[in-house]
Amino acid sequence: MIYLQLLWSFFQIGLFSFGGGYASMRLIQNQVVTLHHWLDMTQFADIITISQMTPGPVAINSATFVGTHIAGFWGSIVATVGCVIPSCIIVIALAKIYTKYRQLDAMQAVLKGLRPAVVALIASAGLSILILSLWQGGAVSWSPASIDWICAALFAAALFILRKWKPNPIWVMVGCGILGACIFPFVG
Amino acid sequence: MAKRDLRFYWKLFSSTFTLSAFTFGGGYVIIPLMRKKFVQQYHWLEEDEMLDLTAIAQSSPGPIAVNAAIIIGYRLAGMLGALVAIVGTVLPPLIILSVISLFYQAFRANQVVANVLRGMQAGVAAVIVDVTVTMGWGVAKEKNILSILMMAAAFVATYVFNVNVAFIVLACGLIGFLCFRQKKSGEVSK
Repeated sequence: MIYLQLLWSFFQIGLFSFGGGYASMRLIQNQVVTLHHWLDMTQFADIITISQMTPGPVAINSATFVGTHIAGFWGSIVATVGCVIPSCIIVIALAKIYTKYRQLDAMQAVLKGLRPAVVALIASAGLSILILSLWQGGAVSWSPASIDWICAALFAAALFILRKWKPNPIWVMVGCGILGACIFPFVG
Repeated sequence: MAKRDLRFYWKLFSSTFTLSAFTFGGGYVIIPLMRKKFVQQYHWLEEDEMLDLTAIAQSSPGPIAVNAAIIIGYRLAGMLGALVAIVGTVLPPLIILSVISLFYQAFRANQVVANVLRGMQAGVAAVIVDVTVTMGWGVAKEKNILSILMMAAAFVATYVFNVNVAFIVLACGLIGFLCFRQKKSGEVSK
């Protein structure tokens, strides 16, 4: 039964994730954290972090992680297959339409409609991870004591560097990780 | 066109496998690398055909790297080609993440790892906020009221009301299909 649930969840993730990995994060969070409680928010953020550091699409990475976590080896296979099936069907169908008509006019219109949605989905996933980082999974409040100020400083510095110099994001994350390893032992 | 013998399938498999294993930074990075391999090195595809295939891979839902593998494999050798290319693309993340998930509990319990992850989470949040600002600005710059309204409504729907993302995607795709197709002539005059 769990295999069917995994297959169906990741089928939906594959089917509705337009616009690349960042947009699919919200969809994964929706299915895996909110609907099925297979992971908590910290584990989800870990997966996103690990996915940024390893090759491969976020959706496949989380399918493997969640699948293994929930139902072992076969779970990871089932979740990955579920994630890939929609792509197979749609890509091949589109290829056939494309070779026949040489135009994807309707598809372009649909994609134009999806672009604002993609931004909104990325923004929500980003906000969830930011809140997790600043309050370390605790309750969100404005009292200064509840905020992790080191994470806040790392976030602000990283964002500044990204906006200003546009480096490869991997180096920014590695830098934050190294700083974290150096600072947190001394301040808790 | 290459001969579709075992050697061909092995070449297809090993090239998709290595591309997937060594490409960091997602689908937008892997496509130029695939072009280099399949167009310039193996001469399996023409340059402009590759552009068309890329457009389809990016227009379809699902991971772009997987989509690109499917369409290239399919174009070269039909269903079997698509299958070989998918397996080649999916195996590296499957193997890497399986290993990570096996050690995750021990890995997470380590204090140094926990500190690194805590710092990196702040970095990841910054990366995502950066992407959001760039892309949001791109949508806002079009000065299309409908797009901006959709962006705001989609954000409220998912973040505040936790609406299933599938509905949001379907609704926005439908609005795009209905509204953005006819508007073509209006767009030119802008």
